[in-house]
Amino acid sequence: MSKMKKSPWIMHYDGASCNGCDIEVLACLTPLYDVERFGVINTGNPKHADILLITGGINTQCESVVKQIYSQMAEPKVVVAVGICACNGGVFKDCYNIKGGVDTTIPVDVYVPGCAARPESIIDGVVKAVDILEEKYENMKKKGGKAH
Amino acid sequence: MKSIPLEARLIAAAIYFIAAPFIGGLLSGVDRVISARMQGRKGPSIFQGFYDIVKLLSKQRNCVNKIQVMYLGSFLFFIIFTGALFFAGCDLLMIFFSLTTANIFLAVAAASTNSPYATMGAQRELLQMLAYEPMTLLTAVGFYVATGTFKSAEMLTQIDLPAIVSLPGVFVGFLFILVIKLRKHPYDLSTSHHAHQEVVKGISTEFSGPVYALMELSHWYENVFLMGIVSMFFINNNPWSILWSIAASVIVYLVMILVDNTNARMKWDNMLKNTWIATMVLGALNIFILHIFK
Ligand code: SF4
Repeated sequence: MSKMKKSPWIMHYDGASCNGCDIEVLACLTPLYDVERFGVINTGNPKHADILLITGGINTQCESVVKQIYSQMAEPKVVVAVGICACNGGVFKDCYNIKGGVDTTIPVDVYVPGCAARPESIIDGVVKAVDILEEKYENMKKKGGKAH
Repeated sequence: MKSIPLEARLIAAAIYFIAAPFIGGLLSGVDRVISARMQGRKGPSIFQGFYDIVKLLSKQRNCVNKIQVMYLGSFLFFIIFTGALFFAGCDLLMIFFSLTTANIFLAVAAASTNSPYATMGAQRELLQMLAYEPMTLLTAVGFYVATGTFKSAEMLTQIDLPAIVSLPGVFVGFLFILVIKLRKHPYDLSTSHHAHQEVVKGISTEFSGPVYALMELSHWYENVFLMGIVSMFFINNNPWSILWSIAASVIVYLVMILVDNTNARMKWDNMLKNTWIATMVLGALNIFILHIFK
């Protein structure tokens, strides 16, 4: 039975993005795309979230924040990097304060490229993430409720 | 005087215990679908509430402290106890006191975590209780003045005219606090169903996974119990009245969804002022007039 698939709750975190991708993420909630029809809830609380959606690269300031948010999420959890900045730093790659993509700080499961990533591809990424979430849940069950 | 046999009352309580989560879950699903349609969206399936609970239950158990789970468990227990008392036809005063006890446990569960958002949510929950408690008491008193008994089972067998005829003011006053109890705009101060952000989500901030599922489940039980109170206003000694009282509570629920989607959240002092004015003017005046003309 797919327990995880039908109610993915998403936490959106804005790293060092230009806000282009954030606008596209929020566009997914509007009547045109309406991700709530898949049971998605945009939550602001890492303790309730299943999927961490990060836009923008990681800089020295937000690094610890991202780590903390990730550690507060309950297993099973999945990370989606939205936009080319979150994938590898994008146009900001060579900035003095940018460490690079999200995977320099926490493990990333799905990469959604694009500048800005379109709502369709973000939804696609979330659908992929949900499958991975389900897989992680199965693994967690096999290990007797223990994550990792 | 007819009275309902003890067995029937126990069976009603048992049915509540088993069926309420299903009815409550469906109500929450219907709520989300209708809200989405009002906003021009398609919305989730009406079984979404159940999907959410199943998911929450299978997540990792992360408790901030051990005592939190005990408090939340007591919250669930007292909510079920409240509803069971009501459907078993017990004393309305007792029922409302039990409801208060339950909500105190919820506030304490949130406050026990020491997290700023959860503590703020707990304080706001206490403010909400301050706002709605007078009206719940007046509702019980109103039923007593109108029907001569505090027992919900006796009201069912004794009265010819539904209570709404003599208690229209109390009914509207009760709708006011129903907005608070169902956690709907404009009075969803301690935690809200929309916009799952920090202060707005308040009291539930520190509950995650299975612990959060416990809170949702209690909320469903509570909603079904509250809808039961709404139908009390429409019931009389005709057995068929059960049908139209259920219809009436469905309509009230739809009105609540409409109110939810057409109002913005208010500040706590507005909530306190408005509900107390409603309590005084609608509730107290109604009972006073009823008392004089009886
Ligand atoms: S990928 Fe493009 S739109 Fe998105 S944050 Fe980076 S620069 Fe902005």
